[in-house]
Amino acid sequence: MTKPDPLSRPKVPPLAHLSGVDVAALSKQREARWRPGLTDQPLHSEIFASARDASGAGLALALARDGLSVCEGVREQGALAEAEDRRQILWVQDKRAVELSGRPYIHGLPEEWRERVICVEAGKPEDALFALEEGLKCRDLACVIGEIAGNPRALDFTASRRLSLAAEKHGVALWLVRLEAQSDLSSARMRWRARPAVSPEPRWDAKGPGVPTWQAELFRARSHAPGEWKLAQDAKRLCVSKSPKPPAKETERPLEHTPDVPFKSSRKSRHKPAHNGNLVRATFGRSMAAVSRG
Amino acid sequence: MAIWCAQLSVDRWRLSQGDRAREAESAGARAQGDKGESEGEEELPTALITETAHGPRIDAVNAAGHAAGARTGQMLADARALYPGLKTAPSDPAGDLAFLEKLALWAQRWGPWSALDPPDGVIVDVTAVAHLFGGEGRLLADVERAFAKRHLAVRAAIAPTAGAAWALAHFGPRLGGGSSILAPSSEEAMMRQLADLPAAALRLDTDVLTVLRRLGLKRLGDLADITRGAINRTEAAARDALHRRFRGRKSPSANPLIRLDQLLGRVPEPLLPVVPQHMPLVQRRLMEPLRHRSLLDQVLEDLAQDMARELEAQGQGARRLELGMWRVDGEVIVRRLELAAATRDAAHITRLFAEKLEGIEAGFGIETVRLRVSWAEPFAASQSDVEEAAARHGTSLSACIDRLSVRLGPQAVRRPVAHASHLPERGVIWQPALSSFTAPLTAPNTLNIPLARPLKLLDRPEKIAVLYASPDGYPQRFRWRARVHEVARVQGPERIAPEWWRERSTTRLRDYYRIEDKQGARYWIYRSGITGDGRGGTPDWFLHGIDA
Repeated sequence: MTKPDPLSRPKVPPLAHLSGVDVAALSKQREARWRPGLTDQPLHSEIFASARDASGAGLALALARDGLSVCEGVREQGALAEAEDRRQILWVQDKRAVELSGRPYIHGLPEEWRERVICVEAGKPEDALFALEEGLKCRDLACVIGEIAGNPRALDFTASRRLSLAAEKHGVALWLVRLEAQSDLSSARMRWRARPAVSPEPRWDAKGPGVPTWQAELFRARSHAPGEWKLAQDAKRLCVSKSPKPPAKETERPLEHTPDVPFKSSRKSRHKPAHNGNLVRATFGRSMAAVSRG
Repeated sequence: MAIWCAQLSVDRWRLSQGDRAREAESAGARAQGDKGESEGEEELPTALITETAHGPRIDAVNAAGHAAGARTGQMLADARALYPGLKTAPSDPAGDLAFLEKLALWAQRWGPWSALDPPDGVIVDVTAVAHLFGGEGRLLADVERAFAKRHLAVRAAIAPTAGAAWALAHFGPRLGGGSSILAPSSEEAMMRQLADLPAAALRLDTDVLTVLRRLGLKRLGDLADITRGAINRTEAAARDALHRRFRGRKSPSANPLIRLDQLLGRVPEPLLPVVPQHMPLVQRRLMEPLRHRSLLDQVLEDLAQDMARELEAQGQGARRLELGMWRVDGEVIVRRLELAAATRDAAHITRLFAEKLEGIEAGFGIETVRLRVSWAEPFAASQSDVEEAAARHGTSLSACIDRLSVRLGPQAVRRPVAHASHLPERGVIWQPALSSFTAPLTAPNTLNIPLARPLKLLDRPEKIAVLYASPDGYPQRFRWRARVHEVARVQGPERIAPEWWRERSTTRLRDYYRIEDKQGARYWIYRSGITGDGRGGTPDWFLHGIDA
């Protein structure tokens, strides 16, 4: 996905055909920084995390809940008096992921999810991918969470493309946690890197651990500029932690930087510096296509 | 009409032996030309026995066994003491009941509905039916002829009520063939005819029979006289005493007064009719034996569509399916499939079976394929959601679960359900993925756990080396999976005592701590025991959960 598809290029109208308002809206949409609670939820996301902590699963859970709450909000606005969401959640793990980081624990899950999780333990990564795809094809699921350890041969670009297509065809969101994995080629719409962050002091027990907090780095996204946030899950929702930190200062940088300047070059230069220039252009072309189609 | 198979289990056993015996018999008869030999062989004293806690007990004996002194209900040892040569065979009550059920269905040839009368009887409703057979007498003759053809000893009776028919069949006077008819008449006339039957003809429990025997009420007539009306004060007192004695008994089989009323038709007696259930079955006999998988798939698809129509006609959905394939050389290959929810979606069934058909040995070819539903559930016809299916083409949840469990195995697709235990690993049980739809969670099965729990729980707690202030201070630093974590924040301990009612006395308590290390990673660790609890040496530390 680092290169625009040559076949689809003729369909994209040249920039001159788009009105100035369109371009402005488009660039604003693209430039808009990601924040929790956006309505355009990605349907296929990857979260890279270490297996020594549960930051990957935690962040996936938090993002999934965020996405579902947004969907619910939209539905309520649509004046549809719909009952509480009782759809099931499929949680797929391969055997190695279970060994490394354990199984979801019912009493540790959020209250509204406790009776809704179906766990699948797949022996091989191929089976896990099969389970993920079947879950995405199922219209009765709220979302699918996957955990796959390492970089199995089966999970190549083709496999991730299959997952993306299935998710987008049926509108079921996939949150794939990659434990101890290299961020190789993938068609995920948003790719995160998660690590735990020191939690804010709880109000009543200053010595105890606080609400779950993660340092989440969005290093590849289709419709958003990359960035890094300190996210915390409080009782209700996902929120950006207030405490200013050196990386957080960069997140407050004004948004009118040119796309060609690699965002946060100091961090990005560590991994795949060559992709950075392309990355922004590619997403630009794609979203143009999306806008002209819609 | 009541039909009593007086010796159902013995007859059944004899018939099951019959096939073998008849073969030997025909061979032997040809050689010797003597019929008495084989009959003599059949009449060996035999008892059907059940193993009980006190040794084998006799359930039924054949005529020769009865003559030799064996009785039903006797211990085998006692019977052997009387007649050492007594042969035995295991009895089969479940088989008898199944046979009786089939018999009840078969007996519907004489009436519109029939009911079981366990353990060895059948009741058929022949109201306004007898004229089709040329009268009650001929009807009974027909019954006897039909049962004689099946080699079953039987006694039948026709009476205005089920109770009276039962009484006559079991205890009635044996006129000629052993069947009797009670013509409809007034209550008094009926009672007069039945007055000589013993009290056991009321279908009572044994303890009630004992009470009646002790009261001296041995015949139906005695009981009826007391309940009918008082002539003098003593009789009125006896009647009142009898009413008091059985006032609390609501069950008919424990209350002779209700039974008597049922016998005379004063109280209705509901019976549960037997309804035949045909398991849907479709099959294809093929002109040419199949040797290729693609053709088999085609046949399977056709069968699945036939089955879907069949199920739809019955308003049912399949839960378990059996696909049998008969090979030319007589071998049968059977593949079973169990579904998470009732379905009659032909495409779904075909798809699930396709996975199971891998690696079938077709040999010289498969000539018959049969699809059978061995477990069906009511499944109302539903309007197909045209719009939604067209819009999204998604599968339903049960179809998704089916596909997953067929490929990954049923153990791989499960749902965690809270369980009432404070021990973390026992606080969750794993159930089949769709089970909670059928059985909703009951409230008392869940515990309210006020303290935070980790997001992930390791299958087995992992041992860690911890630096802590002995004997029970906070952990300072620990080593897990070959890396050292500095503990920055601690919450705890939360003490969870072992469940003494199911664990050994040496099991140690656990002190759980929620900790956060310098990097912010959160864990749930515990110290197993405390020093000096007398259940082991220095306590070990374990890492049990990983929190988000």
